[in-house]
Amino acid sequence: MPLTPLDTPRVSPLAGEDYLWTLNFGPQHPATHTTLRIVIKLDGERVVDAQPDIGYLHSGFEKIGEHLDYNQYVTVTDRMNYVSPIANNVAWHQAVETLLGIELTPRCRYIRVIVAELARISDHLLSVGAMGLDVGAFTFFLYAFYQRERIYDIFEALCGARFTNSYTRVGGLMHDMTPLVVEKIRAFVREFPATLHDMERLLNRNRIFVDRTRGVGVLTREDAIHRSVSGPVARASGVPRDLRKDEPYLAYADFDFQVCCAAAGDCFARYYVRMAEMRESLRIVAQAVEHLPAGPINVGPEERAALPGKSAVYQTIEGTITHFELVMANRGFVVPCEEAYAAVEAPNGELGFYLVGDGSNVAYRARCRPPSFLHFALFPHLIRGHTLSDVVAVLGSLNIIAAELDR
Amino acid sequence: MQAGSAMNEGSDILLRQLGAQFPRLSTSAFRGQTRIVVPRDELLELLRPLKERFGFDMLVDLTCVDYLHHRDATDRFGLVYLLVQTESGRRLTVRVYVNEPDLSVPSVVSLWEGANWLEREVWDMFGIRFPGHPDLRRILLPEQFTAHPLRKDYPLQGRGERHNFPVLTRSQA
Amino acid sequence: MAVDLPDNVLISNLDALANWCRKNSLWPMPFATACCGIELMATGASRHDLARFGAEVFRFSPRQCDLMIVAGRVVMKMLPVLQRIWQQMHEPKWCISMGACASTGGVFDTYCVVQGIDRFVPVDMYVPGCPPRPEQLIQGILDLQEMIQRQGTVAGEEFAARDRQQPKRALRELPILGQSPELRRAR
Repeated sequence: MPLTPLDTPRVSPLAGEDYLWTLNFGPQHPATHTTLRIVIKLDGERVVDAQPDIGYLHSGFEKIGEHLDYNQYVTVTDRMNYVSPIANNVAWHQAVETLLGIELTPRCRYIRVIVAELARISDHLLSVGAMGLDVGAFTFFLYAFYQRERIYDIFEALCGARFTNSYTRVGGLMHDMTPLVVEKIRAFVREFPATLHDMERLLNRNRIFVDRTRGVGVLTREDAIHRSVSGPVARASGVPRDLRKDEPYLAYADFDFQVCCAAAGDCFARYYVRMAEMRESLRIVAQAVEHLPAGPINVGPEERAALPGKSAVYQTIEGTITHFELVMANRGFVVPCEEAYAAVEAPNGELGFYLVGDGSNVAYRARCRPPSFLHFALFPHLIRGHTLSDVVAVLGSLNIIAAELDR
Repeated sequence: MQAGSAMNEGSDILLRQLGAQFPRLSTSAFRGQTRIVVPRDELLELLRPLKERFGFDMLVDLTCVDYLHHRDATDRFGLVYLLVQTESGRRLTVRVYVNEPDLSVPSVVSLWEGANWLEREVWDMFGIRFPGHPDLRRILLPEQFTAHPLRKDYPLQGRGERHNFPVLTRSQA
Repeated sequence: MAVDLPDNVLISNLDALANWCRKNSLWPMPFATACCGIELMATGASRHDLARFGAEVFRFSPRQCDLMIVAGRVVMKMLPVLQRIWQQMHEPKWCISMGACASTGGVFDTYCVVQGIDRFVPVDMYVPGCPPRPEQLIQGILDLQEMIQRQGTVAGEEFAARDRQQPKRALRELPILGQSPELRRAR
C-alpha cells in the first residue's frame, strides 16, 4: 500500500490551474508535531489551498475501549493527548463516574484538580515551546522543557511514571499524595513564576516572534463557534467559554481564578492566552495544595466502585462484599444500560467522552471527543492567503496532538 | 454536569415547544442530560430551528453507536448529535436511529461547519452516508481500506490488513 | 561498501578508527510518532542531554542521518512512509526501535497498528518501555555504539551477515485478555 496521493481535484476549485505548485508537508517533518500531513497548493510562496491528510497515527482507541474494563482503559487514555496524560485520565473517569453516578470524596476532587492543572501547565509549556522552536526560538524551548522535567519529577514521586501515569481509578485514585509530593509541588509553585517571567521576556516583545505571529491565522469569534472550536484557541478568538467556570466539575467552584481571553484570534493571541493560563493554573495549584482536605481518596464500600482497604475487607461485611463484587470474574461495576457524556476543560479544549453502558464492566462504546480533530479542520481556513512560513506558525499555535487527532 | 434548576426549567420549556411542533419526538433525561430521539426524515427540520431559533450554535460532537450486540437494541445504528448553547451553556443530545440497508442521514454541514470532519469520520468508521456533504471520503484510514472497523462485526485485530506490506531486508535497503 | 578488502592488521586498525568515528557521531533521525517522541525530545533537551554522546543534531532529513530512531507506534498508513524514509537514508545506517509499540505493537493490538516494525524494516536495537525513560534510551544508544565498535567493518560485511537472517514470519495472533462478551462467547 504505497503512500496515497491526495485526491485533490474533487475538493480544490483551482485544480485546473497549472502554475500552482503542490507541496507535500509531512507526515515526516520536524514541524508537523509528529504525523500530520498537509498537501499545500502554492502560488510562489502564498498558500492558495491546504488539504490536511490525517490518520497516520490512527490506532483504534475507540475499538479498544469496547474490550477493556473501565479501570483498564485509563492506561490507554494516557496515550491520547500524550503531553498531558493525567488530564485524559481525569476526563475518562469523569465520564465513567457520570455514567455510574458516583460522587467523589473531597480529597480526591482536590487532588484531581491539582494534577489536572499541573498537566495543563505541562501541556502549555510544550505547546508554546514547540511553537517557539518551529519559529526559531531554541532557548525558549529548552526553558520550557526544563520546567516540564520539574513537573515530571512531581508526577514520578506521585505515581511512579513520568508521564503516561494512569493515576485515576473509578471512584478514586491509584494512591494518595505523600508529604514529599506536597513539598515538591510547593517548591514548584515558588520557583515556576521566575522561569515564566524569563520566557515572557524572551518572546512577548520579540520583534521577530511578533512579526511572525501577529495577524497570522486569524480566527473570528463567529467562525470559532461555527466550527466547534474550544479551549485556548476559542478563548483567543473571544469566546469566553471555559468548562471550569461554566459547568464546574471536581472542585473548581472552590477556587479563585480567571478565564483568560483575547480578542485578536491570531497566533500571537493564542500564544498569549496559553502563557496567561499557565499563571492562572499555578494560582489554582497553590490554593488547592494549601487547602487540601484530609480524608479518604476512594469512595466508600457502599458504592461498589473502588477496592476497599484490606482492614475493611477483613473486618466489615460491606468491605468483603465490595471486594467480592469487584474482583470476581463475572461481576464488576454496577453499570446502567444508558448513555452519558461528560467533558472536562482539557488543556487543548473540551475533551469529552460519550459512553454507552450495557450492564457489564466493559464499555459498549467509548467515544472520545477530541479537541485537536476539530482544530485541525480549521487549518485550511486559517492558512489561506498566508505564506509558507506561516504554515508552521499556525500549526504550532493550534497545538495539534496527533494521537488525539487520530485516536 | 448537574444542571441547575434554572437550566432544568429552560430545558422543560424547550422540550414543550419542540414537542408541540414535532409530535413524533421522544425525550428522556439521565444524570441531568436531556436527550431527544427524532426520526431520520425530521432531523434537519428539527436541527435547523434548534440552531437558529433556540440558539444551539455549537455542535460539540457527532458520533455513532452500533447496537448490534446491545441487549436493549431496537435499531442497528444510532447517530448522536451533542449540541450546546454557548451563551447559557445548556446542552442537548439529539439521537437518530438508522437501519440497514438504507444507511444515510442528511448532512448538517450547512448548519455547523464543524460537522464536516465528524461526518467523514462516521462514514469511515461505520459506513453511514451523508448526502449533502461536500467531500465524503475516508479520513482516518487509508483510501484502499475496505471495511468499516468500528462496526461490531469487525474484529479488533482486523482481518490481516495491518501486515499486508512488503518486507525490507538489509540487502535491499 | 562493495570494496573487497583483505583481512590484515592495517585494515583492522582502519576498521577500528572508522567505527570509532562513526559511533561517536551518530546523527539521529527522529521518526517520532507518538508518546515516545516526547521522551525523545526530553532526551535531547537540557536535563538528559543526548548531544554529549555525539548525537549533536537531530536532523530531520534522511539524507543527512545515520540513525533512525522509530519512537512510537507505527500504523498501517504510516508504514510505507517509514519504509521510504529508511530507503532514503545513506549507508551505513542503523535503526533503533524505541518503545513497546515500535518493537511489538505495545498496548495496541488493533486492526491498524503494525505489531513490531521489525516485521518490515531491519532493526538493530530495541529499547523497551512505555515510554522508555531517557536514561533507557541513552543506554540503548550506548549499546548501539558498542555494537558498532565491535562489529563494524569498512566494507560493511556485518550488513551482509544480517541479510542471512530470515524475515520475521507472522506469529500466531493471540487473543487479548479482555473481558468483553464477544470474546467470552468466542472462547
